Amino acid sequence: MLNFSKINIFLIYLILIIISFFSLLNLQTENKTFINKKVNLGLDLQGGSYLLLEINSDPLVKERIQAKVIPIKKFLKENKLDYSNFVVNDKSLIFNIDNPEKFELIFFSKEENLINPYIGQYNSFELDLKNLEKNKLEISFSKYGLLTINNSALKQSIEIVRRRIDDVGTKEPTILQRGEKRILVELPGLKDPERIKNLLGKTAQLNFRLVAQNEEFGVEKLIAENGESLNVSKRVVMSGENLIDAQPSIQNQQNEPTVSFTLDRIGSQKFGRATTDNVGKRLAIVLDGKIISAPNINEPITSGKGVISGSFTFQEATDLALLLRSGALPTPLDVVEERTVGPDLGEDSIKSGITSLIVGFILVIFFMLYKYRLFGLVANIALIANLLMLVGVLTILEATLTLPGIAGIILTVGMAVDANVLIFERIKEELKTEKSIIHAFDSGYSKAKITVLDANITTLIAAIILFAFGSGPVKGFAITLGIGILTTLFTAYFLARHLTSMIILRKKNITLRI
Amino acid sequence: MTRNINFVSKFKKANIFSLIIFILSIIFIFFKGLNYGIDFKGGTLIELRTDTSINATVIRDSLKSMNLGDINVKKFGKEGDYLIKVEQKNTNNSNLIPEIKKTLADNLNADVDFRRVENVGPKVSSELLESSIIAISLALAAMLFYIWIRFEWQFSIGSIIALFHDVIITLGIFSVLSLEINLSIIAAVLTIVGYSMNDTVVIYDRIRENLLKYTKISISDISNLSINETLSRTIITSITTLLALISIYILGGEILRGFSFAMILGVIIGTYSSMFVASPILKFFKVSYKTLEKEEEKILP
Repeated sequence: MLNFSKINIFLIYLILIIISFFSLLNLQTENKTFINKKVNLGLDLQGGSYLLLEINSDPLVKERIQAKVIPIKKFLKENKLDYSNFVVNDKSLIFNIDNPEKFELIFFSKEENLINPYIGQYNSFELDLKNLEKNKLEISFSKYGLLTINNSALKQSIEIVRRRIDDVGTKEPTILQRGEKRILVELPGLKDPERIKNLLGKTAQLNFRLVAQNEEFGVEKLIAENGESLNVSKRVVMSGENLIDAQPSIQNQQNEPTVSFTLDRIGSQKFGRATTDNVGKRLAIVLDGKIISAPNINEPITSGKGVISGSFTFQEATDLALLLRSGALPTPLDVVEERTVGPDLGEDSIKSGITSLIVGFILVIFFMLYKYRLFGLVANIALIANLLMLVGVLTILEATLTLPGIAGIILTVGMAVDANVLIFERIKEELKTEKSIIHAFDSGYSKAKITVLDANITTLIAAIILFAFGSGPVKGFAITLGIGILTTLFTAYFLARHLTSMIILRKKNITLRI
Repeated sequence: MTRNINFVSKFKKANIFSLIIFILSIIFIFFKGLNYGIDFKGGTLIELRTDTSINATVIRDSLKSMNLGDINVKKFGKEGDYLIKVEQKNTNNSNLIPEIKKTLADNLNADVDFRRVENVGPKVSSELLESSIIAISLALAAMLFYIWIRFEWQFSIGSIIALFHDVIITLGIFSVLSLEINLSIIAAVLTIVGYSMNDTVVIYDRIRENLLKYTKISISDISNLSINETLSRTIITSITTLLALISIYILGGEILRGFSFAMILGVIIGTYSSMFVASPILKFFKVSYKTLEKEEEKILP
């Protein structure tokens, strides 16, 4: 175990130097070198906000099932199926039918089925049919139908969230899908996430609807921002989809912040026609079911440009413009988890983390020197190399360093010497029976090998499981702990062993104190 | 120099002691319960820094008007640093945090710096708890499996009992002291599992080796010999690990305190258990060199 070929020695130090080199990249303040890699600081160290958003697809399901009502009724009539007691629920449609067998047959036809499309990808229909009682049927979305709705809503939401956050202009945001219903948003450096939360909390579904004179069919009562209650037609003149731009602006007469918008071609036509036909009436501007304002139509607007007023502050006008520009979310988003760390706490954490690392390191170094003298020095060199390599690997992976991650490094310092301790203690035992020092060291290394491996693999297993199940900061801990074990094995079994062999082979005749 | 301490003679006393502490821990965990943090219970946590003139009562009183339910205000590290915990209420108020911030800023006649704000919804917290329990169970199962592959089933059982011993007693102490269980404590518990296993493996490795070397000696004596032979390593490694952990505990700041405390407990308990819990179990199963001979190819890889 003490013989190294030149190639081996060369490789050991080459790997050591290359990986350690990466750790030094973190010291540069600007990116001057050709390799642009660095350990990222986690939100708990640099400060920032972490938000976990969840889409709520229930309103969307309700909307979609309602949209099925007319086609299904039409379908029933076309196929001469008599139905009665048609009830529309939040998630299902229930009705009585004379000939359910016939209905079922056509309902589940795979060809050109417009009301219940077959989703080949999932090998399932969009809708499910349930026989509640004799002749009473319930139609609802199948599992995969729901999944499709959910997935497309999630994808769209991520896109809108990204647009909104980019528009606010925070630095390096991370926006990722988490599971089937969630979006993870990380906003480094953000001290107060309230504005972003507000922006993400609104679906921003905008539409323009005429105000009706009285309560008639197809009219609903909506509350305006100023508390006024108006009867508004359910028919949408034009919706936010037709907007191509929106900007905050100032209305000159009253110096009032407003939002100016520009419509696309179709929107301009719709808007032009509606305003031409309804001069003198009021047009309600409805955002997420609330009337922002309901101005009088004084003259036809055919230019495709308009202004929304609504007693906004300038910030509100800016935010509304941003929301309208980025488009509507398909469904509301709930913030289910939120963690914000202020920048000064992050700084304090780095400071205390580094201080405890240095102190822990020095304590261990001195203890090892005291305990093993010359070989303590070997173990300490291995420990320093270990730290450099650990940081180097983290840099190569561009891993995120968190406060628990720093704790992981400190713990590695404490536990890394174990490999060398195991070996040295073994050598001590061997020295008792073995006269030749070289043989004692040789068999010490060989015999300790299995133990060192076994002992470290157990910790590695714990680290891997922690990585798989942990979240955020804890994951950071798992990464440093896991990589720490690998670098420990390398430094103990290659570097320290080589250093030891050099000492032993040179000082053949000297009695060694280990 | 190998010490020669008669550990085996202390096995019985140690085991009775362990058993009592273990049962007490379970009783505490069941009846007193664990003090879950917002990670697992849901709720809102605010860490703030303010004037030294403000005390916890003032903060508590100023929040009373908001009718938030159970509020916990405690000092957190430095003078003027406080940690406020508000329990999860069923009403899902998305403006809760800004409202609390505003109330505090208005009512306290001092500059308030909000250093950390966390809010965990009920769904997420129950998921976090679930995945933590899965993670710990999985870690235990993985260790069981690993030892079973590398050693024999008797060793596997012994190590897993030692692990249960460590985890339960650590949690028991957290229960007695009403210390908060959060995600970082789970990380600590998993690391303890790894560390304690590490310790146990070293001793088991030596027991296996000695069983084959001295076929005439009883398992008790083999255990005793093996513990003695590995004793100085056990002590040195525990010391270096504890040095690192104590450094985190004292200097690592308030956030890492619970984590490092759990780890310190775990290292001490884990070291004890590999000597006094994991080893006696081999005796209980009447392990001898014959146990190893059955699967000779496994022994010396």
